[in-house]
Amino acid sequence: MTAISTYAPKPGAAPLFRMIGAQAALETKMLLRNGEQLLLTVVIPTLLLVLFSSVDVVDTGSGKSVDFLAPGILALAVMSTAFTGQAIATGFERRYGVLKRLAASPLPRWGLMAAKTVSVLVTEVLQVVLLTVIAFALGWSPQGNPLAVLLLLILGTAAFSGLGLLMAGTLKAEATLAAANLVFLLLLVGGGVVVPLDKFPSGAEDVLGLLPISALSEGLRDVLQHGAGMPWGNLGILAVWAVLGLAAAGKFFRWE
Amino acid sequence: MRSEPVVQVQALVKRYGTKTAVNGLDLVAQAGVTAVLGPNGAGKTSTIETCEGYRKPDGGTVRVLGLDPIREAAALRPRIGVMLQSGGVYSGARADEMLRHVAKLHAHPLDVDALIERLGLGSCGRTAYRRLSGGQQQRLALAMAVVGRPELVFLDEPTAGLDPQARRATWDLVRDLRTDGVSVILTTHYMDEAEQLADDVAIIDTGRVIAQGSPEELCRGGAENTLRFTGRPGLDVASLLKALPEDCTAAELTPGSYRVVGKVDPQLLATVTSWCAQHGVMPDRISVERHTLEDVFLELTGKELRS
Repeated sequence: MTAISTYAPKPGAAPLFRMIGAQAALETKMLLRNGEQLLLTVVIPTLLLVLFSSVDVVDTGSGKSVDFLAPGILALAVMSTAFTGQAIATGFERRYGVLKRLAASPLPRWGLMAAKTVSVLVTEVLQVVLLTVIAFALGWSPQGNPLAVLLLLILGTAAFSGLGLLMAGTLKAEATLAAANLVFLLLLVGGGVVVPLDKFPSGAEDVLGLLPISALSEGLRDVLQHGAGMPWGNLGILAVWAVLGLAAAGKFFRWE
Repeated sequence: MRSEPVVQVQALVKRYGTKTAVNGLDLVAQAGVTAVLGPNGAGKTSTIETCEGYRKPDGGTVRVLGLDPIREAAALRPRIGVMLQSGGVYSGARADEMLRHVAKLHAHPLDVDALIERLGLGSCGRTAYRRLSGGQQQRLALAMAVVGRPELVFLDEPTAGLDPQARRATWDLVRDLRTDGVSVILTTHYMDEAEQLADDVAIIDTGRVIAQGSPEELCRGGAENTLRFTGRPGLDVASLLKALPEDCTAAELTPGSYRVVGKVDPQLLATVTSWCAQHGVMPDRISVERHTLEDVFLELTGKELRS
């Protein structure tokens, strides 16, 4: 090993794409190494998909239950990564001064956010591949337009990211941890993921239908189960959540 | 080395709510090593963090390498290195992994393996940051501050809580940085650290710089010297004072530890020892010394504990 011959200044930022790439790679690695995160993003969605498809726990209406469940579980996967996982990870990064330290590095703040988004998308791709393979093994026969599915997933990611970052950037890390898990659980039950929304009283159903998780799971179901065209209503709901969430996160996010 | 100052702070004011942390502070740091000393809550970290671009001044101006740390942050950040007082690393990241990552954000980083070796971080192996010892965490933060080959490094209490070996390693690195033309601004509570490392020392109290100069200049401060001795506690200091020349002061600093300040010459030494003989006191560990930076510091900032 060669010793350092000089510390003489030779400053300079790496090219932007390389900084963002390196940051995204590190964020993804941290996420995949974290056991609690994997429980949330991989184990729970997989278990729910397998369990509810093979055991008749909830009445999922006519047709194969996997055709009802797979779109809901995909929505859950997006929420677990973009909202719950991102909120908890970012909350603790803020608490431990990671965000603060990186803010003094050559990586611009928007670059850090871009890297986080890339990391979320990479994780989602892994989740979608895994869950799709499992769903096919369980006899899933999806319909519809892949472009509509992609659009739903992207808008859903934007909506959940905004809400997750808003929480991470304003609450204490422990509060974020508790709240993000609670919200995950509530939306899992009340967001049309495994329990059809029409099981709820009609008034409640209308309100629940406006939640981002319901818009995403119902939108995906309309396309993948029923072969619908562009689910404009649900896309619109997700777009409104995305704009509100990201704007609020941008305004209220505290880096320390 | 005396060219443009690396840091210029003029009339800086920083408030948190109703509390004024920095109150019209002026500080000019030239190339080299500048130590910022001050009691807890004096405004050291607020000042440093304003220079690093973390805090927006409520008044005054700050220029670092000639740049505004907030408006010109993008141009400034690649040129500075920052070591926070604590944290700054993903709790699940390994030391080498995090250091390699920070290196990747820079265009011409130092050799990461050599830096790991240099700071004795090689033994961290596959241990996650949260399980490293406090000393290892500190040295990693130091490595992260220098790996990008900055012109100016800010070190906020770089050796707080380090064992003597790690402290020496940190000092050696700071000396090498200085030799190779990297400027360093460091805050510290250790007077010997400032005396050992700094070309220039600024003492901050209640949000202002109350003294600045080289360690020698500060210690010379007046022609007075100090004579110390230990004896039994509770000696009659007033009687000792009466025996001494008029411009001298004498005090019991801590029980049994006495200090005479004045023009220390053979006559004064004789006066003190004969007074001790008259009072049946064996002046143990009698010593004559120049002011240490610690004396200067305590004189300027007082001895009461700060909250």
